[in-house]
Amino acid sequence: MPSAPEPVRADGFPGVRLHVVTGKGGTGKTTVAAALAVALASRGKRVLLAEVEGRQGISQTFDVPPLPTTETRVAGGAHGGEVVGLAVDAKTALLEYLQLFYKLGRAGGVLERFGAIDFATTIAPGVRDLLLIGRIYEASRRRLDAKHHRGSLPEELAYDAIVLDAPPTGRIPRFLSVGEEVADLARMGPIHSQAGSITEVLHSGATRVHVVTLLEEMPVQETVDAVAELRALGMPVGAVIINQARAREDVDPALDAVDGDAVDVDVDLATDLAADLASVGLDLPDATVDALLDQVREHAERVDLEVEQLAVLQDLGQPLVTVPFLIDGIDLDAITEIADLLGDQGMVP
Amino acid sequence: MARTPTLDIDAMLADRHTRIVVCCGSGGVGKTTTAAALALRAAEQGRRVVVLTIDPARRLAQSLGLTELDNVPRLVTGLAPEAVPGGSLDAMMLDMKRTFDEVVLAHSTREAAEQILANPFYQAVSSSFAGTQEYMAMEKLGQLRARADREGTWDLIVVDTPPSRSALDFLDAPKRLGSFLDGRFIRLISAPAKLGGRAGLRIVNVGIGLVSKTLTTVLGGEMLRDVQTFVNALDTMFGGFRERADLTYALLKEGGTAFVVVAAPERDALREASYFVARLEQEGMPLAGVVVNRMQPQAAAGLTAARARAAAEQLVESGRPAAAAALTLHATVADLAARHRNVVRRFTAGHPSIPVVEVASLAQDVHDVDGLREVGRRLAGAG
Repeated sequence: MPSAPEPVRADGFPGVRLHVVTGKGGTGKTTVAAALAVALASRGKRVLLAEVEGRQGISQTFDVPPLPTTETRVAGGAHGGEVVGLAVDAKTALLEYLQLFYKLGRAGGVLERFGAIDFATTIAPGVRDLLLIGRIYEASRRRLDAKHHRGSLPEELAYDAIVLDAPPTGRIPRFLSVGEEVADLARMGPIHSQAGSITEVLHSGATRVHVVTLLEEMPVQETVDAVAELRALGMPVGAVIINQARAREDVDPALDAVDGDAVDVDVDLATDLAADLASVGLDLPDATVDALLDQVREHAERVDLEVEQLAVLQDLGQPLVTVPFLIDGIDLDAITEIADLLGDQGMVP
Repeated sequence: MARTPTLDIDAMLADRHTRIVVCCGSGGVGKTTTAAALALRAAEQGRRVVVLTIDPARRLAQSLGLTELDNVPRLVTGLAPEAVPGGSLDAMMLDMKRTFDEVVLAHSTREAAEQILANPFYQAVSSSFAGTQEYMAMEKLGQLRARADREGTWDLIVVDTPPSRSALDFLDAPKRLGSFLDGRFIRLISAPAKLGGRAGLRIVNVGIGLVSKTLTTVLGGEMLRDVQTFVNALDTMFGGFRERADLTYALLKEGGTAFVVVAAPERDALREASYFVARLEQEGMPLAGVVVNRMQPQAAAGLTAARARAAAEQLVESGRPAAAAALTLHATVADLAARHRNVVRRFTAGHPSIPVVEVASLAQDVHDVDGLREVGRRLAGAG
């Protein structure tokens, strides 16, 4: 893009094991999260791609059957890499958690019958989010545990990296700070310490929060707000990923032509365009020629707006990564294409 | 093949029987803007409207000419001079904590209210619990409707739905709360405080013992006491809350309500829309139709993308880059417009009887009342 300051390049995020991907609704964060997982897998990494909103976005993106509540392989990568999908479910996570830490046995079932599980996962404040993050935290720890215990866990259960398709920007600060909130509420005991450990990991150098945006006012404003809030919370912000960016090179000459567009040059522009088109045998009615020019003008307006928004994003000082608009929509090939682009722009080591 | 019926927004807004319009759909499809634009259009056509938005962008307040939106309806003064007389527009934004506090204050004694408001568990629930927004949106809708009936303030309420994980939470919230309040868990957890330890002992039940013991282990005694206080408060004062939630739910099923599902011409957004349409049908909720925002309009329709591309190549060769670029842009736009039409066609093929209106995307975001008015014009099928 012309006349903009040199954007910061992503450095591959060495040492980062948890990539949290957020963004305003409709910006394509699920697509970007999936592509980031594929990019990591293409470098031979074993990647867990997790979603927490019960939308089954991962299975739809990879065109596989709906994910169960267990970790399921969804794609392979080069050099033995793979992407394992997980749709985290709060209820399952709670039962697993109770079983793991309290060896509840049949009490788990009793809690379920009494509605206690429903209470905890839907009514109790923060518990739901804590369970969802807790499940991610548990998966992220496995590798460390395996080292501690000298292989007491089979190698295939550990992950090199985790990509979290997180809640949208509006909810992300609260979602990620739930550990602190719950630690305040449960002032001691196992929940308190568990919440504390989660907070620690989220604030560590092993975590980055990436924000996906479009070059439009509202998503950019939400991105700026989210980055500020995340910084204030001490969360490590990663890249800002511009999705659906429009290619400009193809249309720049036309934009230049309509630049400084004044009413009196309109007629000339239309006449010139009509003449040029006629030279290659395209004899179009005046109305069509005018419509083509209007189209160029409208595009120019949009591009101006995008340049403005890009400057706003650059002021954030975070690494910027650009994913082009793919006209055919998102399928598996598109995910691979975006994964390559993310790799080229330093999103993976 | 039968043509898909068109969603006639103006007929819907003009129908005096329409008392509530609910806009729902997935995130990022322009739901809040659509709600505001519908409300403005109705007001300028002579309806007395209040629009309840949930967590809108700050700029929406500005575009309505308000410095801020809060929990109180504020009069929007920027209605067009040529608007039908008698119409008015109030706008407000749901503040879930304040709405919850109001419910507590309105339905309990001063002393009890103070105790509840100071409870740490209550404070967390009222300000952060992911479902509170849905409950409070229902509560506020009920309040607005009651006030409209009582004082004749408004004859149309337009509601934007919360940006939920799933838009369906909005429908499920009252039922979930109801089943919770009726459930065994609430009796169990409130039993010790209500009956005292001795009475509780009479219920000799291994299950209850196990549950209590587990809760104490997991939550710790202190938090359990906070929870008990909170639950008792719910039980004594929120019986009415549940009744109201049920009433609001029933209200939504009435003929006077129109659900508008908002979507964008993307696979995911329309998949959510399909899901929502099915769910509304299943619940017996009156669906007015589907709005597909952000459609790429097709300009210069006489020139196909293929022909434009071929000519562009020739123009590049003959050294006419500007004309070539104009054609390349046209081809790209035409392809996108075709893809949008295809995605929508697939949706309408699956739902042939559901009225749809396609809304062309704006080059600029909405900044003021004029912008909202333009969105409203497009919603009504003009351009």
